[in-house]
Amino acid sequence: MHLAAMAALSLLLSTTAAFPQSAATAAATTPDLPYEAVPNLFQAPPGDTMGELQGVATNSKGHVFGFFRGTHTRLWEFGPDGKFIREIGKGFYGFQFAHSVRVDRHDNIWTVDEGTNVVTKFDPTGTKVLMVVGHRPSQADGPYATPHGPNPPDNNYTLCRPTDVAWDQQDNIFISDGYCNNRVLKYSPEGKFLAKNGGPNSGKGENEYNLPHGLQVDHQGNVYVADRGNNRYVVLDNNLKWKTAYTQFGTAWSDCISEGPHQYLFMSNSNPNGNPPGSWAKTGQIYKAELDGTPVGKFGHAGKLAPGFQVVHMMDCRNPNQIIAGEIESWRMQKFVLKGSK
Amino acid sequence: MKRITTLLLAAACAIGFPAAAQEISYTNSQPLTLPADTFFGMAAGVATDSKGHVFVYTRNGDPTITLGGSRAFAHGGSSLYEFGPDGKFIRQIGKQVYGFLAAQQVRVDKSDNIWVVDRYSSMVIKLDPQGRVAMLLGRKPESVDVPSKPDEGRGNPPGSGAQSDLFQSPTDVAWDAQGNIFVADGIGNARIAKFTHDGVFVKSWGSRGTGEGQFKTAHGVAVDANGNVYVADRGNNRIQVFDNNGTFKSAITTGGDPEAICISPGAHQYLYSSNSNPQDDLDHGGEIYKLELSGTVVGKFGQAGKGPKDFGSVNAIDCRNPNALYVAEAGNWRVTKVALH
Repeated sequence: MHLAAMAALSLLLSTTAAFPQSAATAAATTPDLPYEAVPNLFQAPPGDTMGELQGVATNSKGHVFGFFRGTHTRLWEFGPDGKFIREIGKGFYGFQFAHSVRVDRHDNIWTVDEGTNVVTKFDPTGTKVLMVVGHRPSQADGPYATPHGPNPPDNNYTLCRPTDVAWDQQDNIFISDGYCNNRVLKYSPEGKFLAKNGGPNSGKGENEYNLPHGLQVDHQGNVYVADRGNNRYVVLDNNLKWKTAYTQFGTAWSDCISEGPHQYLFMSNSNPNGNPPGSWAKTGQIYKAELDGTPVGKFGHAGKLAPGFQVVHMMDCRNPNQIIAGEIESWRMQKFVLKGSK
Repeated sequence: MKRITTLLLAAACAIGFPAAAQEISYTNSQPLTLPADTFFGMAAGVATDSKGHVFVYTRNGDPTITLGGSRAFAHGGSSLYEFGPDGKFIRQIGKQVYGFLAAQQVRVDKSDNIWVVDRYSSMVIKLDPQGRVAMLLGRKPESVDVPSKPDEGRGNPPGSGAQSDLFQSPTDVAWDAQGNIFVADGIGNARIAKFTHDGVFVKSWGSRGTGEGQFKTAHGVAVDANGNVYVADRGNNRIQVFDNNGTFKSAITTGGDPEAICISPGAHQYLYSSNSNPQDDLDHGGEIYKLELSGTVVGKFGQAGKGPKDFGSVNAIDCRNPNALYVAEAGNWRVTKVALH
């Protein structure tokens, strides 16, 4: 793409996309949830540093996984108390540019890497690779030209800068793909292609996406896609048929669905970078809603220093009253306890 | 004879030639010692803290570009070192920091936080005195065009002067007494960006050009005790002075074509300006000027070259002690301590 076109696109992204009109409405009418930040919970080992925290997830034992872009892309495991336990997959061929980490209901650890274009399933100990979805481009071909070049073919087994992974109760795999494709894919638990919605090109209509940036699946098997470029959360049924879209929750960077009998949908109206003065007043908060899109409350605000949010990229909400947020621009994970709710 | 010289000088001043600045006598030394098999590369930045510790940010490693992926990614390439007041090596800071790619500058604020400016990651990184990441300004471009050009990212055309809290090849950082942050942005852009102490983007000013409030490159920034902002306008042969909100006040043209500037603390503040030689020219310039804040020349010292008393493309000056400077030489890959007599 020409520089001028890139610049025009950049301007479009940073102005139009960043501040959807309807977000202001939801912000005004949605009550604030009282919350407390747990300061400095997750610390790097002495002499080491975390980078852009793209992914954060917990397992059933309360261990916390952070997937980040440091000098290299790395995956760290912390105990429930925030103490560093270990690094997983050091030097792994599927780690080049972190985007998401999620833990399935069997405590397997899944990473989504938008540099190598693969989604990797690790066993719960993080020592065995159980499955790889997608394939890494060959070194001999050099880097893919994306996003400057044409989109890759709409191939069922080739991902292009994938963004997130989720599962239904039957362990079918759902992947949002991603920055150069604009689609959602469904695979069997064994990794066989089953269905898709969307395509290589972006769009803003039904069954179209403009950067599907995250996704989650509820206990009924419905799929909730963070359609970032369109500032909406798209709801699909289990076969990826379009149901509806929620448009009142802002920039639609990331979503999370809590566990338990009453599931909640958390959505981040993340403050993007590269904005003029005053932009933080309009973005930054995390919304809590019912699965049908009814707002319950919101919390948090944009800011460089804790407990502010500096581009929340992912949330863990296994426990709906304990949210862990990973941030791009402040290179940290923060834990928040929502008060006054059961 | 003396009278004739005076007359000639007066005549030279009258027709616009600067008066020959008085030479300041000085001695050089290189007190910083590195561990075995560790070397400075291009010495980009040098700064001292309140305890006299010395910090050097240097390009001394291989930036690595990784292939076989959706894009090409850049990793590493620069190091931050801390030395004691005696020059003894203490430690390397931030070995795994995502934004350490191409060293541009390091500065220490009044609370001894260490601020790193990285040209290639286009970030300003605040580290606390223990060396932990405390705050980040700007964002590293996600990927690069091989061989070396950072992607445009989500920014604006370089030099347009557009308001943004993202940078393109920033060069320097400074603070006023209230802790407001001023970033020189820099080489890609040509402007100054102002943030509050906690990182809220307030405004920016400047674009590429030669007019008042425009910059060829904004290659350095310093703030005096009254909050005035001094910008090294490298390429335009001047230091521009602004008030705290970016309103143009004056231009100082007595400090050469400034690559690096520094304002000393204390009751009587001095402004140092390095008329650094480009690395492909050792035959012109290279001297450092000591100025009053008004621009009046106190004196100058040094010249371009590779000898022990020469300067090779000075990129940074630390002037916490106005008579014992540290100078980072990008061309000579060394950090020199300069005692002014």
